[in-house]
Amino acid sequence: MFMRHVLSMREFSREEIDSVLDLAESLEPYARGKKSDMLAGKILALLFFEPSTRTRMSFETAMKRLGGSVINLGPAEGSSISKGESLADTVRVIGGYADALVIRHPKEGSARLASEYSPVPVLNAGDGAGHHPTQTLLDLYTIKKESHLENLRIALVGDLKYGRTVHSLAYALSLYGADITLVSPPTLKMPEPIKIDLSSKGTKVRETSNLSEEINNVDVLYMTRIQRERFPDPVEYKKVASSYQLTPEFLAEARKNLIIMHPLPRVDEITPAVDGTKHARYFQQSFYGVPVRMALLKMLIGGGE
Amino acid sequence: MMAEIEPKAEIRELRVKPIKNGTVIDHIAGGQALNVLKILGISKTTDATVSVVMNVESGKLGKKDIVKVEDRELLDEELNRIALIAPAASINIIRDYLVIEKRPVDLPDEIIGVVRCQNPNCISNTLEPIKSRMLVKAKNPVLLRCLYCELPLTDRIAEYLI
Repeated sequence: MFMRHVLSMREFSREEIDSVLDLAESLEPYARGKKSDMLAGKILALLFFEPSTRTRMSFETAMKRLGGSVINLGPAEGSSISKGESLADTVRVIGGYADALVIRHPKEGSARLASEYSPVPVLNAGDGAGHHPTQTLLDLYTIKKESHLENLRIALVGDLKYGRTVHSLAYALSLYGADITLVSPPTLKMPEPIKIDLSSKGTKVRETSNLSEEINNVDVLYMTRIQRERFPDPVEYKKVASSYQLTPEFLAEARKNLIIMHPLPRVDEITPAVDGTKHARYFQQSFYGVPVRMALLKMLIGGGE
Repeated sequence: MMAEIEPKAEIRELRVKPIKNGTVIDHIAGGQALNVLKILGISKTTDATVSVVMNVESGKLGKKDIVKVEDRELLDEELNRIALIAPAASINIIRDYLVIEKRPVDLPDEIIGVVRCQNPNCISNTLEPIKSRMLVKAKNPVLLRCLYCELPLTDRIAEYLI
């Protein structure tokens, strides 16, 4: 398989996704601590122009577990960026130091621009409200491992308007013919162009604002955070937020093989008491970021599969 | 080859006289002529003699605009951009009062540096050393997708001309 950069899920075929997930599975022992020197001598540059905890640290873990090392951009203050250097120049310079670049940047399309100037592969770790393909791949890996990708019934819940993770995930799930239910307050519905894109691929998409109706119809509940700042009226926010809150009581009637995912960080949408139930998979999901990113790094800089 | 003005048309009153050499862009949707000039980069100071006819009756379009640019044979890549806002336009290359070539416009697969992305937070709308790049996903109606942020652009394309 030939992959030069990882920029957007739109560029992945189902076969390419499958080969990433298969490779991730074979690398899982290394993600759990088994020694490896697969990427010994290789350097990964992390260019985070915006704060990130999980994504940055799991890339760093993935690289180090495979025997490679990591260089960091560090805070923008006092750097060439604060002197007004263009992203194109930054990428050309740092691309000369490393074997691959991971970039998170506040502007949409920044990773694509970076790929045009970088002499080495670029991995998009989030470009503004745009794409976050490694999150989507780890979500798919979680579904595959903890549930099933074939004939999947999934509910995407919460902020479907602004949440970039659900846009990419819905797009990727359409490649697997998933049955998707969109559960959101009316003001945070998924944008029309994305829905049209999904239905043009023959994906069944339903919309509702009632979460309790759906809980017995799906294999996976994919929760997202509803942000307070999206609501001008705090009373309205409280009302909406509480109707999309998972509690053990709410899950009492749920099917036993229902799994709950969340890209994290969570706030109130999943109470801590849910963590101990058989449904919770969000911490597992966040761990799976390591083998999935290992697979991508190995494919891009480790000389293929 | 035929004369720019066909014999049956001669009995009609001519709003603009035939040109000797140059390019005639016909069947532009009514009201879009000035945007066509903008796309061709001849909206500012130009030495060329340019005639613009707007909102004339047309059987095909209801109302149409016509643009005539004298002594300049526009290049295919310039002309095809016109399809962004006037997909029904036809191009006539004139030499010595004769139409030596007549063809429709056809959008290329990618349009570079002509249409700005409508997303204010797109990297293509910053000071980075790049030109806007729009992929043509559909031609009628026109559907563009920004290569960088992937946001589609379909309505009001004229407003985003650079």
